[in-house]
Amino acid sequence: MSRKRTVLATAAVMAGALALASCSSGTESGGAAGSCDTSKGTLVIGFVAPLSGNLSALGLGMKNSADLAVKEANDKCSVPGYKLALQPEDDQATPQVGGQAATKLASDPNVVAVIGTLNSSVSQTVQPILAGKKIVQISPANTSPPLTKGADFATAPKRPFPTYFRTAATDDLQGPFAADYLVKKAGKKNIAVIDDGKTYGAGLAAEFVKQAQKDGATIVAQEKVGEKDTDFAGVIAKIKPSNPDAVYYGGEYPAAGPLSKQLAGAGLAIPLMGGDGIVDSKFVELGGREGDLATNVGPDATKLDSAKAFLDAYNAAKYPEPYSAYGALTYDAANAIIKALAATVASGGWSDAQRDKLIENTGKTDFQGSTGPVKFDEYGDTTNKLLTVYKVESGKFAAVETGTFEKS
Amino acid sequence: MPPCLVDPPPLEVLLQQVANGIVLGSLIGLIALGYTMVYGIIQLINFAHGEIFMVGAYGGLATFTYLLPTFVQQRWYFALPLVLIGGALIAVIVAVLMERFAYRPLRHAPRLAPLITALGVSVFLQEAIRVFYPNATSALPFPSIFVDGGASIPVGGGAITVPWSAVLLIVVALGLGIALQIYVDRSRMGRAMRATSSDPDVARLMGINPNRVIVLTFVLGGALAGVGGVLYGGYLSNINIDIGFQNGIFAFTAAVLGGIGSIKGALIGGLAIGLVKTLGGQCLWGGTQYDYVWIFVLLIVVLVFRPQGIFGETERVRA
Repeated sequence: MSRKRTVLATAAVMAGALALASCSSGTESGGAAGSCDTSKGTLVIGFVAPLSGNLSALGLGMKNSADLAVKEANDKCSVPGYKLALQPEDDQATPQVGGQAATKLASDPNVVAVIGTLNSSVSQTVQPILAGKKIVQISPANTSPPLTKGADFATAPKRPFPTYFRTAATDDLQGPFAADYLVKKAGKKNIAVIDDGKTYGAGLAAEFVKQAQKDGATIVAQEKVGEKDTDFAGVIAKIKPSNPDAVYYGGEYPAAGPLSKQLAGAGLAIPLMGGDGIVDSKFVELGGREGDLATNVGPDATKLDSAKAFLDAYNAAKYPEPYSAYGALTYDAANAIIKALAATVASGGWSDAQRDKLIENTGKTDFQGSTGPVKFDEYGDTTNKLLTVYKVESGKFAAVETGTFEKS
Repeated sequence: MPPCLVDPPPLEVLLQQVANGIVLGSLIGLIALGYTMVYGIIQLINFAHGEIFMVGAYGGLATFTYLLPTFVQQRWYFALPLVLIGGALIAVIVAVLMERFAYRPLRHAPRLAPLITALGVSVFLQEAIRVFYPNATSALPFPSIFVDGGASIPVGGGAITVPWSAVLLIVVALGLGIALQIYVDRSRMGRAMRATSSDPDVARLMGINPNRVIVLTFVLGGALAGVGGVLYGGYLSNINIDIGFQNGIFAFTAAVLGGIGSIKGALIGGLAIGLVKTLGGQCLWGGTQYDYVWIFVLLIVVLVFRPQGIFGETERVRA
């Protein structure tokens, strides 16, 4: 039954997404495209992220940021001879729907690269589909380590897909970075850990636990909840007797917001900390409290000189949704693709035979993006390992400190 | 050995989980009443009933956001009744339209046809809210419509906390359940419902209009679900379009568990499910990650030994 529902939902949402996509491109590209030489045709950059459902706040911010990069490239004639087009697909934060979206993109010969996904669990499905067609994929948001280094990422890293890159730092850095802050700087010693059991949430929580214990904290309770749960009374009652002084949550804001509120309601007025999946204004709207903490991949865009150009352009373009947690990283991912594509078509234009060359050129990416230097290591991971701690102050996530995790 | 027997949790934790279970169980029971009544009258498993609950929650939210002036919004004793009425009214309207246009044309079709239609209506309602309610693509915050804070009862080394909004949920659910039972047992219309349920053709010969009875059933079920939706939103302070499906499945399970067609069965079934979920998450293997499993284990066990459910009657075969 669930499959039937999903298929119908997909159809309805696709129609919506297409309608959205068509009206946005209609108003934006206007006259500028005419001034470039686009005689060789159109190349499509696919985009896969949740454009509907609970995580759509993050996904729509990503889509707009990617759209901005593509629009700018068309205005500046960045890829000589070609017009670029962004084709957004909705994955509803579900691996199965993401797989359908990837299959659809992979079957289109004009698709040269894909930006996305948001969820690590969705990328697990999308990666092999795109890799089979040698389509470059850059995710601005996947933080699960095995996506670039395989299941034994800590001991025997092995890159599973040469087509996959990401501009987001991974959870084996983010989790420990959060632990260092919560234990050493915020002085929390008795931490309860809850996660949603998904690739991202469970992985992040596990990395957090390892470092928190190294830092001398006690993990007083470890529980799992369902990603669609809304009533957390049961799990809160369970962790309460262990008297935690903080809760670390591995998961995303649709559950984290209500969880934070219900913690306080049950008499546990302790801060909740999470990862990049909770850094959105929706977290506060759904119940996140003052003093709640989060880490995010990349530096704080509003405080970076390099990000100013992106923020100004984003605001000037008047997208209906904010750029959200991954906007700047998505913009950089899109530009990495555009630059690699420009370098690739400079020698002989685009053809299927050029796909290997595009993968190679993406690997050689090296430029100053909005989040700092954009460069990939031999696994496809970003070399920019900056992470930022955020705290909810006056109803908003405000950056507390930016740094990198140093293994000690 | 279950973890709870190896390392027993303090008494106040167990009692807190019992309280949590009763809160969840009351809500599920309230929704289950709608399943059980509709089945009792027309032998239809109305799978779209969970979505009526969801629509009621959005109806209440819309009433609060778009109709109430700030003065009323800030005073729960004005806002609460109006939001409840708004949510229930929207839910009733949708339930009646659903009966009129989706189920009535299929009244004499094979049983499978209305069942599949119910699934279709369920998806339709979910998508309609997703597309037409502003910003419903993701979860929406629900305003506080009752006293903030909660009751705190000291037990052992700690205390049991139950938010006032949850106390309200329990009181209203049990109150409405009992009122419904009395209405069906004592009133003229209730007798007509029971008559239609036991034999629609003979009931018609006795001068009962089955259409009126059926519409009334949907009105009552819709109102209960709408009230449930609003109280759920007030208790958890956020709603999304999936709540109907998820709670609907539990409510359907509760109705089957209690004996489908039985009003007290629906309430008892709901409470049983609430308690099994919270106590199972606390005490059994796998913790809160597996709490859903125990609900369906319970269902299977009951159906093996008592297929008609706890209070159900043995299935009658109709001519």
